Amino acid sequence: MTPATAGLDGAAGRYTGSRVHRVEDPRLLRGRGTFVDDVVRPRMLHACFVRSPFARARLGAVDATEALALPGVHAVFTAADLNPGVHEAWYTSMGKDVPDTPRPPLAEGEARFVGDPVALVVASDRYVAEDAVELVDVDYDPLPALVDYHDGPQADALVHERYAGNVAGSLGAPCPDDLAAVFASAAHDVSVTIHQQAYAPVPLETRGIIVEWSGEELTVWAATQAPHEVRMFLARLLGVAEHQVRVIMRDTGGAFGQKVLPMREDMCVALAARLLPAPVKWIEDRRENLMAAGMSRHEHGDLRMGFDGDGRVVGAYIDHTQDVGAYPTPWPVGTAAAVGMLFPGPYRVPRAGFRTTSVFSNTSGRTAYRGPWQFESVAREVLLDIAARRMGIDPAEVRRRNLLRRDELPCTNPNGMPYSDISPAETFEQALAMLDYDAFRRQQAEAREHGRHLGVGTCTYVEPTTTGMAYYGTEGATIRIEPTGTVNVYVSGGSTGNSLETAVVQLTADALGVDLADVRTVQGDTAVTPFGAGTGGSRSGSMLAGAVAETAGVLRERIVAIAAHLLEASPDDIELGESRAQVRGTPAAAVPLAKIADVAYFAPAKLPDGVPAGLEASGRHHARNPMIWANATHVCTCEVDVTTGAVRLLRYIVSEDCGPMINPSVVEGQIAGGTVQGIGGALFEHLAYDEDGNPLTTTFMDYLLPTATEVPAIEYGHVETPGPGPGGFKGVGEGGAIGAPPAVVNAVADALAPFGVEITRLPLTPATIVELIEGAR
Amino acid sequence: MGEIEIELRVNEAVTRSTVPPRLTLADFLRERCGLTGTHLGCEHGVCGACTVLLDGDAVRSCLVFAVQADGHDVTTIEGLDGPDGSLSPVQQAFRDHHGLQCGFCTPGFVVTAEAFLRDNPDPTDDQIREAVSGNLCRCTGYQGILAALRAAADAVET
Repeated sequence: MTPATAGLDGAAGRYTGSRVHRVEDPRLLRGRGTFVDDVVRPRMLHACFVRSPFARARLGAVDATEALALPGVHAVFTAADLNPGVHEAWYTSMGKDVPDTPRPPLAEGEARFVGDPVALVVASDRYVAEDAVELVDVDYDPLPALVDYHDGPQADALVHERYAGNVAGSLGAPCPDDLAAVFASAAHDVSVTIHQQAYAPVPLETRGIIVEWSGEELTVWAATQAPHEVRMFLARLLGVAEHQVRVIMRDTGGAFGQKVLPMREDMCVALAARLLPAPVKWIEDRRENLMAAGMSRHEHGDLRMGFDGDGRVVGAYIDHTQDVGAYPTPWPVGTAAAVGMLFPGPYRVPRAGFRTTSVFSNTSGRTAYRGPWQFESVAREVLLDIAARRMGIDPAEVRRRNLLRRDELPCTNPNGMPYSDISPAETFEQALAMLDYDAFRRQQAEAREHGRHLGVGTCTYVEPTTTGMAYYGTEGATIRIEPTGTVNVYVSGGSTGNSLETAVVQLTADALGVDLADVRTVQGDTAVTPFGAGTGGSRSGSMLAGAVAETAGVLRERIVAIAAHLLEASPDDIELGESRAQVRGTPAAAVPLAKIADVAYFAPAKLPDGVPAGLEASGRHHARNPMIWANATHVCTCEVDVTTGAVRLLRYIVSEDCGPMINPSVVEGQIAGGTVQGIGGALFEHLAYDEDGNPLTTTFMDYLLPTATEVPAIEYGHVETPGPGPGGFKGVGEGGAIGAPPAVVNAVADALAPFGVEITRLPLTPATIVELIEGAR
Repeated sequence: MGEIEIELRVNEAVTRSTVPPRLTLADFLRERCGLTGTHLGCEHGVCGACTVLLDGDAVRSCLVFAVQADGHDVTTIEGLDGPDGSLSPVQQAFRDHHGLQCGFCTPGFVVTAEAFLRDNPDPTDDQIREAVSGNLCRCTGYQGILAALRAAADAVET
């Protein structure tokens, strides 16, 4: 018999909270993962899209004669073939009653951006499909395009005829008179307009889908964050029952919002599959991804903030306008309200207001991207630094005077956001202490004397994670302790690099008191996993913890009852750990989980009264809070070469409060990944168009992602304020991408402060920086 | 379009095939050899996800035609672990240092790192950054990758 160990004192916390190795790693490191393009089906065909080369054009005849004559070509579908197959096309997260924006599978009547899918070629292999795309002759009649959304309301061109002024929708109100009066009478009335460029999620794996229609069942392999939403959406699209659709995803190569919802190409492939005799695969190439998989972040805000004589905020207003491209996914108007509602941020702001307007353009459609509302932080934090310099107060000191303190919480911000369980003042002070802010200011002053330009910038934000509303409000888990005592835990899936397999295995092992090696997880197959909304909105950690706890609790009780019966002890004296049950304080009286399972499945007569056979359970967590708040402070230092405009990041510190951590390595990995995406957005990435609407950045030679030579070493500080949900866990997936852009911009602006430069436009390319300095000289 | 016979060694196994001249080495490995660990992230030679060893040198298999590999030796990510599936020291270092998240770019980084550390057993931190600067990762912010290479290099040294 194995001797009892000191660790056998209940299940809590053996793995949760520790840096356990990821369970995903062995297959991924050995090249044995299964990404959608790795899946091969018998007789599988390959799809490739014919895409509009014009930003706006009337569509005439499509002549596919030559393409169809090419050996290996099976079909060329046009809008007339596919679009009538649409039954319903709405997203569960939005519901069917929102005033949704248009979303035809193939372009109908008019092409509305360069890359708009016009026809779908299906062939025996991808090479032949691409050849055939070149042979499809589309009659385009180019029309004047609206490329820059700033021109939208005045433009003659309408992206969609029924949207006057190209406005997709607006929420909020113009600055009310009484708020304007607050600004007018403030000691400092700071107005500024801040512009953010278009950039994009850019997962390393592009989009992709395989659809196989058997006549009764539709099986779909997809690169997705939300396999169950793919199932529901496609079932509605095709008019088949939800249970006739099976969606499978194993490994997805990053997503960051881009794969949270099926898009027009996915609709096309699903519709085409029903017209084809064989399964069909579509794998997007990088050019298509940068041209047509969506755009994010393109927006500006007319901001106004008032301060009293001591630098305390007396009021704040944002008039926000965002580019939604031609075909946004999903309806963009409602989600934009978060920009306005979060604009006051973690500060004591007595009065505030906002308006947000979504404007169409003849460019790639807006999609979700890691912290879709992050402009609230860009706008507020950049404005705070500008205001601080105008007031002659150090930017850190302005924040210190305005940050919400713990004794002021919970509280509701003036735009209606109910903050609780946050620690903005603590993360701020921790991050500044890690830097030694005062020492940096001395170092900066010294460097300036030698003609070197160092700068420091910060960003402090609060972030709603884990929304508990509607589609997102519940999450299920099924746990099967198999007859040998090994454990499988089934959850909806959607892990796209965020280590959900590891997290679920850790949580389950602890909840059942079993060894980590005895637990495996099955995710991403709608045929066997309970419904869940997938990865998005920084929800998975909390929701999966709730689902596992709910389900494991039932099994734990059953295991304890069986063990007590077998050991002739009271259930109150049974403790679980290391895959066995023992009587507390009596190591010799123990029974392995394998034995308990054996009895549960094969000797039900030996079970105590009232305990059912088997060790399987399903449970569903129901979020009790509308959201769980997280917060962080980013601090960045940099040196700017004022001759070349090059920015070198020196130190990068993130102090984050995501509550207790399930796995600190995973948390820090999420922070680092998001932060570097944000650095990319501040300095490099720009999904640019020329004035005719031609995309200029459709390769990685043109669309510049940060590489290993540009990123600083990221230092982490953790503050742990438990949230109100399961385990106190909060979401952490998005924050890095929210906090980084303003911290970097502020650091550069601080470095350039001696020149009197104010930065109000992104990205900060070397050319932009040189121009700013020369403009100020 | 005439097809061409080729013979090459893939992960030490002699492989014969008849391929169209335009078939890339990446597609040959993925589709003809079933070695889907070689990933395609851009197909224009920038992201490095498709990196394989060609006669020991790290190359982008999306920029090499299969016919160019005729008579040569190719090692893919599937050829780096032990016969029992055990991780190579570089692979283990990636695991130990959270050097991967979604895993899509990972094979390219691991193959690049294997070649780099073989040729530069005692690299500086800057050399490590430079060595992997031709590979893009969108998940990790490179933090764990750089730590993994440092650790793998230090382990070789001792």
